[in-house]
Formats: sequence, structure tokens, C-alpha cells
Amino acid sequence: MNTATTVNQADNLLDLKMVAKAYRLEAKEFLAVRDVNLCIKPGEFVCLLGPSGCGKSTLLRIIAGLNSATSGTVSYHGLPLKGVNPYTTIVFQTFALYPWLTVQENVEIALKARGVPTAERSQRALKLIDIVGLDGFESAYPRELSGGMRQKVGFARAMAVEPELLCLDEPFSALDVLSAEALRGELMELWLNKKIPTKAILMVTHNIEEAVFMADRIVIMGKDPGHIVTEIAVTLRHPRHHKDTAFQNLVDKVYAAVAGQSKPKEEALGTQPGQPGVTRPLPHSQLNALAGLLEKLVDEGGRVDLYRMGRDLVLELDDLLPIVEAGDLLGFTTVQEGDLLLTPLGRAYADASILARTLAGYCLDLRNAPARR
Amino acid sequence: MRQFRFSPALPESPALNTGDALILLGISTILYGGVRLAFNAPAVIAGPDISLSPLALPWYALLSVGRMAAAYFLSLLFSLFYGYAAARNRTARTLLMPLLDVLQSVPILSFLPVVLLSLSAVLPQAFAAEVAAIMLIFTSQAWNITFSFYQSMTTIPHELRDAAAVFRFDPWLRFKAVELPFAAIGLLWNSMMSWSGGWFFLMAAEIFNVGRRDFRLPGLGSYLQKAANEGNLPAILFGVVTLVVVIVLLDQFAWRPLIAWTDKFKVDMVEGDEPPRSWFLDLISRAWLVEQFGARVWRPFSEWVDCGFQRRMSGVIASPEPSAEAGASRLAIGILTGFLLVALYGSYRGAALLATLPGSAWAGLGKGMIATFFRVSVSLMITLLWTIPVGVVIGTNRRLSIVLQPIVQIVASIPATALFPVVLLALLQAPGGLNIAAVLLMLMGTQWYLLFNVIAGAAAIPQDLRYTTDLLRLSSLDRWRTLILPALFPYIITGAITASGGAWNASIVAEHVEFGGQTHSTTGVGALIAQATSTGDYALLLAATLALVITVIFINRTFWRRLYRLAEERYRMD
Repeated sequence: MNTATTVNQADNLLDLKMVAKAYRLEAKEFLAVRDVNLCIKPGEFVCLLGPSGCGKSTLLRIIAGLNSATSGTVSYHGLPLKGVNPYTTIVFQTFALYPWLTVQENVEIALKARGVPTAERSQRALKLIDIVGLDGFESAYPRELSGGMRQKVGFARAMAVEPELLCLDEPFSALDVLSAEALRGELMELWLNKKIPTKAILMVTHNIEEAVFMADRIVIMGKDPGHIVTEIAVTLRHPRHHKDTAFQNLVDKVYAAVAGQSKPKEEALGTQPGQPGVTRPLPHSQLNALAGLLEKLVDEGGRVDLYRMGRDLVLELDDLLPIVEAGDLLGFTTVQEGDLLLTPLGRAYADASILARTLAGYCLDLRNAPARR
Repeated sequence: MRQFRFSPALPESPALNTGDALILLGISTILYGGVRLAFNAPAVIAGPDISLSPLALPWYALLSVGRMAAAYFLSLLFSLFYGYAAARNRTARTLLMPLLDVLQSVPILSFLPVVLLSLSAVLPQAFAAEVAAIMLIFTSQAWNITFSFYQSMTTIPHELRDAAAVFRFDPWLRFKAVELPFAAIGLLWNSMMSWSGGWFFLMAAEIFNVGRRDFRLPGLGSYLQKAANEGNLPAILFGVVTLVVVIVLLDQFAWRPLIAWTDKFKVDMVEGDEPPRSWFLDLISRAWLVEQFGARVWRPFSEWVDCGFQRRMSGVIASPEPSAEAGASRLAIGILTGFLLVALYGSYRGAALLATLPGSAWAGLGKGMIATFFRVSVSLMITLLWTIPVGVVIGTNRRLSIVLQPIVQIVASIPATALFPVVLLALLQAPGGLNIAAVLLMLMGTQWYLLFNVIAGAAAIPQDLRYTTDLLRLSSLDRWRTLILPALFPYIITGAITASGGAWNASIVAEHVEFGGQTHSTTGVGALIAQATSTGDYALLLAATLALVITVIFINRTFWRRLYRLAEERYRMD
């Protein structure tokens, strides 16, 4: 039994056991993640998915060794991780390129830091720049490139040192839709055709479709404090298509899991202030946005697919979820199987005049709620 | 028939171009200076005799610039070490930053005599004077550069730091490729500020008397001083012109090229509308010599340095999240203990010295503080009165600013101390002449901080707010009240803090002068310090200096900091 676990652990690239991370903010302790168990095996593409503030980026930083866990163990190849993880590199959301270095220098410096001699360095850098499709831009500075091209440099740099585990921290979320789509396809081509020696990829994202499109396994996280809600395996064959029914069904399933169908209603809503049990704070969203959502729901006939609405309104999950949560807490809407339903109260609010809405706001005692900001 | 050539195409430009010529010229100038220093210098330095011949001026200018450069490189080195230690180590930070805050409020001129005398005890006099001058300039240049570097170090974007850790940069590579480039622009602007501050003190340091000892140094400052002393108008003119020429040359051959070059170190990811340019940088960056030097000498050398550090420093890369490093903090505690012991002993000796001071001296000191306070206030008032309207006009009018900015910059960089003898020449005969002259010197030395801040503030007023005020047809009084003054407020405060500190400091040179063989003095703490210096009254010197330091820090902490906070909270534009 004992030996079996050891062997099993060594098979995994990465093992997190009961990992927690606490931050100290002026004598107050704030728990970012807790009780995280996660392993990554060679050949896997794993996505960490969740709303903002669920600690998914914290987790990625712990895995890369940029932060240390407060408790629990992080092991790589079965050995405890110390300092910055030498087997991983990160592709950053904001690219994190050095603006004073050219494209080639940005890639080369990663090799230089690993002690690669000059001649080999420039040869390897040029090859990678070619692979990501930036040949001809070697001597350009990052500020002269478009966002998509900058992120290609980010990928080239991260892949130049041939990491076993490639960490992607929302790499496409700062790009425009078309560049992101193109870059996703190109990354999948490199990964699936084994053109890069990377053994596994871990991507943090809040884009459900992106996760379903790319990952073999989606790890869904919840917040307050950050924890793993569930894992969903994606067995669809590559290349995946957004319009496929199986794809859409899976997106709906992930959406439902993210939107908080995992807990019983009473627990999810929490108790009234002053009552025993866990209270749920009203999320930081604007009442205006909630009113807009309710009006949209009225237009749609009182029931709408959450995922489709997010796409129609061009709202990211991070923007949409707090509004949905607020509607849920105030009793204006309910969530059922990835659909959003309007309650009679919500309909009344949507139809009310400005004055009536303001009055309702006061009656709900939202004067001091953050939602009124 | 056309012939095909298989050799690579020849470069279009000739092997050596104008840029190369300029470089060679520069090198030969430095060589000439060095040779003169080695063989010829003693004859010139030995006596404090300053020749008023215009032919001596280039050599004097070279000497002055050399002093400035030596002090500046010391300051830069100090700033890098000090700022790095304060930024990287928490324990060090709690000690180093408050210390720096105190250091920059110290009136450095009052320490010069002590430094001079102690140095001249162990070194030959001419050399002691050199070292003392360089130290004085150093103390006027170092602090703001250090603050700037520290601030850059602590504001490096997180992701750039994270990337350095993830890609396993050793501390040297991180310094070279991340921290230093990120700090470069701030370092450069503060270096330029430090140089103009340094000129002010260089002029003072070259003409320093301690008691009957004359620590004159051959240089531009002593030349001007002597010319004014003798009332030699042509010599004064030559001296001022030389000074302006030196400042313009430095601007064209050092600062402009550096500004243009450091533009690539800015972090914002958009191309600027008008990137700064420099004809000199354009010239030399195309030069064959520079290219060859880069490829054959500089790159292999830096590669060799990087490798050396890498061998020594590679290993586990620490997480970038801050943690108190045990070993370093033990060192810091050691330094702290040593520092405390020295400070304790020093304050014990100091208190004993102060106890010898008679009550009348303390009363005189109080009177002096009040007199200087009024002088500083008056000079600040006058500065505010003229810089705000002029700054607003220059800052809001683009065409005017293009014409006037360079002129203002040149005028501002002429050190007030260089012109002070001229002012004295004109004013000393008038009743209350030194009083007016003292205020004038404070004004000349500090008004530029305010002017530049007001120009920057006026230029930063958003266009849409200006249009809105136009559309509302506000009267000019209302326009100033609702838009211009509130928008300028933070900038005025920033400028006024520097200006008032500078004015206090300038009182030491302004209130007590030896001119035309006579000593002129007026009531003031600066005069007390200067008198105590020349009579060797160290108890009074210490008391006056302490009083000055405490006053400046007190005014900063109570008055200015409160206004600054108000500016930050209420009058910010974003």
C-alpha cells in the first residue's frame, strides 16, 4: 500500500496535498485557498476554472513556486518543492515582457539565465520565434507589436527553456477575441502534435468555452475561501468545435457547476444577518447592472440560458456571475440547470419606475450594502 | 557586360564618420586634461592664486566639471547600493529610509568646515580641499537619486518581477536586466536635478574660508568670486559665459543623448507621439567605432561578467514574495547597534559641547531663526507670485512652451551662487543691501523648482476640463478658483517643499559674505553658522546647525506634509 502510493506519486508530475494559503492584511488573516488536493500527470492539459477571487491564480503561483503554501505539501516528481519551481515557466496574462529588450532578447534572456552559451542561445531563440510565427520581428520591441504578437513572444520565451510543466495564467484574456482564438488554435497545434517537449500544461482561466475547447480535465474552483468544487473530465476528441452539441452540453454543465449548483439552496444562499449560520455578503455589483439583467430577462420571456446570455451581452464570467448572485440573493432570479429564471418579484422590480426602484432599494435596506455603489 | 561581385556589399557610410571624429575629440580632451593634471597641475593648484585671464577659463571649467563628475559618480554608486539594500531588505529599510529623510534635511554647508579641517589635518591642504569639495557636492547630489532608485525598486511591476523569478534570473541578472533598466529614467532625471544642485554648492565650495585658512580651489566658482571681488566686469562676463557654455555643452553632449537613449526604458506599452531625440546620439550610434566597441569589447565583457555572477549565484531561486532574510538582518542589526553606539557617544559629546554655550548665544540663535524664517517666507512668496502666472502661461501654451522651455532650462541651470558675487557688487552699497541680496539669492536658487512644477501641472490640466471652463464662460477669477489653482495645488506643494528646504540651506551662503576684503553680515541662523565657522566656535556651530535641521524637519513634517496629504486626497486629477 505504502509503496504503491510512492510509485503513484512519482508518476505524477505535480502533487498538491491539503494546500492552504493565508495572507496577512494588517493583523487580519485572509484565507485565499484551502484544502486543495490536485495532481497533474504527464500528457495532461488541465484547466483551473472559477470566478475571480477563487484563488486559482494563487494556486498557480504556488505551483510555480512564486508563493509558498501556508500549510499542506507541494511536491514535484514526488519531492517537496523549494523556492521557484525549476521545471515550470509561466505565460502571463499581461505578457510580462521586458519593454527594453527586443523580441529576440526577451526570449534569449530566459536561456541566458539557465546558462546556455551565446551561440546556442540565439539559435534556439530564433527557432522558437519562427515556431510561434514571429520571424521577421526578432529585433522589434514589444511596444511595437500587437497584443497577440506580444503574447506569442510570451509563449516563445516560456517554451524556450523547455519546461516540463507549462503554466498559463489567463494567457488569452488580455487579447482581442480574434487574436485569442487564433493563438488558442496555434497552441493546440503545437501541443497536440508534440512540437514542443512540454509534458503537461496547466491553464488558469475564467472562460468556460476556452477551458472546454482546450483541456483534458477542468478543475472548477469556488470562492470564500478558494477551494476545489469539482473536476470535470473532457473526453471530446480534438479538434473540438464550438457548435457541436456535445461541446455545448459540456459548456452548459460546466456553467451550472460554476454558477453554484453544487451546494443545496439553503447553504448557497446563507442566512439572514443576525441569524445563526453563514451569511452571504451581497457581491460587489451595481444595482443598475442588475436592473439591466432583469429587463433582458423580461425581453427573453423570463428564462434564458446563462451561457448564451453571457455571450449575447459580451459579458465575461467574472462580470456576469456577481450580478446573477446578487439577483439570487435578493430573490429576483433563480438559477436552474444553467438557466436563469425571473421570479415574480424580479418581474415587478423590472417593471417598476425609477422612483419605485429607489424605494425598493431602501426597503431592502441596501443603503449600506456595497451593491449600491 | 555587367560584372557580378561575390564579395559582400560595402557599407554605405565610410568607415569613420563624424560621430567617430567627435568620439576621438572627446577622448583626446580627456587625455589632455589627465596629462595636465599629472604634470602641470601642481603649479596651478599649489597657490590659491586664481588667474583672471580668460585663457585660464577652459582649464578652470575642466577642473570644476571634473569635481562635479567625481562627486556624481560617487553619488550614483552610493544611491545604487543604498537604494538596493533598502528596497530588498525589510530590516535595512526600517533603518535606512528614515535616516535618508534626515540626511536630506541637513544643511550640508554647515558641515563643510568640520570636514575640511579634519581632512586638512591628515591630507595636504590642496588635496583636502578637493576631497572636501567633492564630499560637499556628493551630499547635495546623492539623496534624491537614492530616493528615486529606491522608489523604482519598490514599484517594479509585479509581473516583471515574477517573470524574473520564473525564468530563474540570478540577483545580478535581475539587477542588470530588470531593476536597473526600470529605474533608468528616474535615475537620469534625478541626476540632471542633482547636477544643477551640485553646481550651486560647487561654487560655494570652491571659495571657502575657515578662519584665516583659505581653502580656495581653482575653478569656475573661485574665478567668478575673484572677478566680482575685484569688480572686474569683463572677467565676470567671461566667467558667466564660460559657465553657460559648459552647461549647454553638457546638455547637448550628455543629457540630451541620455534622455533620448533612456526612452526605450519606459514601461508603458504605447509608442510616444514625439520620442525625445538627440542629434549627437543619432550621430554616435551610427559610428563605426561605437559598433566595433560594442561587438568586440562591451558584449564579450558583459557576457563574461554575467557568467561570473551566474557561477557564484546560481542555486535555488527565492520566491519573490517579501521575507526578512535572516543573515542580512543580522548584519543590519549589527550595523544598527554600531550606529546607535556612535550616535550615543556623539550626542553625549555634543550635549557637553552645547552646555558650554552661554544663554546669550541661545537668545541670538532664536532671533536668527526668526529672521531667517522671514527671509525664507518672503522669498517663497515672491516665487509663488511670479512663477504661478508665468508657469501657467508657458504650460498651457504649446507654442510658447516649445520656444521658452529650453531657455528657461538654461537660465535655471546657472547656479545662483555663481551670480551671487555679481548681485553683491550691485547691492552692497544700498541700505539693507545684504538683506535684499540674501533674499535674492534664496530666490535665485529655489524659484526654478516651483516654476518647473507649475509648468508641469499646467500642462497636465486635461483638455476637456479647459474646454468646459471655456464653454461655461467663467470669469477669469472663477476660472482660476475652480480650475487652475486646484489643478496646480499638488504641483505647487511639491515644488514649494523643495524650494523652502533649499532656501533654508542657502541662508548659510547668503547671510554672511566676505567680499572685497570686507566681511558683511546680517541677522540670521545662516550668518550664525558662517560666523561660528570662521571664528572656530564649534559649540555655536553645532547649536545653530541642530536648530536649522530640527526646524526644517519640523516644518516639513507639520506644515508641508499636511498640505501634501491634502493635495493627494482632494486635488488629484485621476
